[in-house]
Amino acid sequence: MEVSPIGSGSVPYLQVTEVDKTYSTKGRSDVKALQGVTFSLDEREFVSILGPSGCGKSTLLKLVAGLSPVSAGVIEVKGCAVNGPPDNMGIVFQRDVLLDWLDNLDNVLLPIRYAKLRAADWTPRALELLTTLGLAGFERRFPWELSGGMRQRVSICRALLRNPELLLMDEPFGALDALTRDELNLELQRVWMSQRKTVLFITHSIAEAVFLSDRVIVMSRNPGRILDIVRVPLPRPRPLGIRETPAFGSYVARIREMFEKMGLFRG
Amino acid sequence: MIALQWFTQPSRARSVVTVLVGTAVVWQLAVVLLKVPDFILPAPSEIFAELASSPGWYLRHAYFTLQSCFIGFAIAFGIGVLAAIGIVYSRFLEDTLYTLLVSLNSIPKIALAPLFIIWLGTGLSSKVAISALIALFAIVIDTVLGLRSADPDAIDLSRSLRASPLQILVTIRFPSALPAMFAGTKVAISLALVGAIAGEFVASEQGLGYVILVAQGMFQTTRVFAAIILLGVIGTVLFYLVDLAERMLIPWHVSHRGGRASGAHGG
Repeated sequence: MEVSPIGSGSVPYLQVTEVDKTYSTKGRSDVKALQGVTFSLDEREFVSILGPSGCGKSTLLKLVAGLSPVSAGVIEVKGCAVNGPPDNMGIVFQRDVLLDWLDNLDNVLLPIRYAKLRAADWTPRALELLTTLGLAGFERRFPWELSGGMRQRVSICRALLRNPELLLMDEPFGALDALTRDELNLELQRVWMSQRKTVLFITHSIAEAVFLSDRVIVMSRNPGRILDIVRVPLPRPRPLGIRETPAFGSYVARIREMFEKMGLFRG
Repeated sequence: MIALQWFTQPSRARSVVTVLVGTAVVWQLAVVLLKVPDFILPAPSEIFAELASSPGWYLRHAYFTLQSCFIGFAIAFGIGVLAAIGIVYSRFLEDTLYTLLVSLNSIPKIALAPLFIIWLGTGLSSKVAISALIALFAIVIDTVLGLRSADPDAIDLSRSLRASPLQILVTIRFPSALPAMFAGTKVAISLALVGAIAGEFVASEQGLGYVILVAQGMFQTTRVFAAIILLGVIGTVLFYLVDLAERMLIPWHVSHRGGRASGAHGG
């Protein structure tokens, strides 16, 4: 299992060390959601966390986001321990979590509203992002006037607005149909290649993880822990057709075998 | 714009007018054909003649009743919303105030009306107090429900953007609560009118409740019906004013979207 960051040997952007998370409920025995989770992300690296439902991957994301405290272990961003949401982070959830009472532009500008900055200063950036994601002309429409895919694009714009260094994505395309999902995978790759964020991407789709990632962290459940970390050194930009190549297939097969050993897919 | 749409919605207006006119016609015919005496059931034409004979006098009494109802409702709304916010944010208030309110709710509030006459006299203030008390519960209970219905993901998102609890209340919880609050308000405005009339029944020198009581004592049934018709009109107008406010304040709410939601589609 890889523990140290790959590459230069400098301090990794995100370091997660021996993290446990236990939920205690009154009257019931404690539930161990995560056990001894250790990994790191280099700056500008795209890493996916892949695992079956119930493996604690969403819990892990909440811990990294500083929304929930760790039970044991340390999470550090640029060498500083996380104990609350860091300033330079954007989050995209599986559900787009757009506010129905704000139009799309105001939804994208939500981080500015909370930070009490002047909306006018950030409107050009917001409009530029909306245009980049194919939503030009929809800024004064409301979320409930958009399709699921368009809504998720708005929520990606919101996450990118303040140009965060770290982007956390919790199964962002999990609720979308397969074609929209492919389209947004391509678009996410394009945005990531031009803006170069450090991305932690959670998914339960093997193909999606391999397609998007520099490395794939494979998790098992009960309790959630890391099985292996798979490097995917395929060249970028990756076209959708790369999924039919033998190289791509071998990564997918390798990960699928891990899940089979774990006891998944027993027809 | 939205107000205009509502008033010009042909189907709704047509059905209301049809039902009312139809009822009046059947009533009139029945009274005339069956020769029902006025003191048992006056014909609609008699009632309108009675209203037209002294419109100023009726308006003065209607104004008094409306005043108790409005002030009582406003007090109930103010106290109710503040109490609900307190209950949602404070475990202590939930355990004490909310528990107390829920248990008091089972008392028929009208039974308390004579007490308020003793405490506050026979003037406006006792009617306002009864009106406020009877309307309060619906507002508190539905506002608590509404504030708790906020999307947990939206709250997590806000926390990840370092929003303060006050910002989360104003930006997320309060707008999420509006649909439930309006449901409570519609009930409360009708109850406030009931409270005002109940107060006038117990002891008063003014108001439509007083008119009904005095006219009943003298077998002036036409006058009783005139006051009842006015109360019906007031109650209906109040209800639709709240309904109208709801349409203007929460146009995003699912029950109002109609055809507008299916506007845009694609990627």
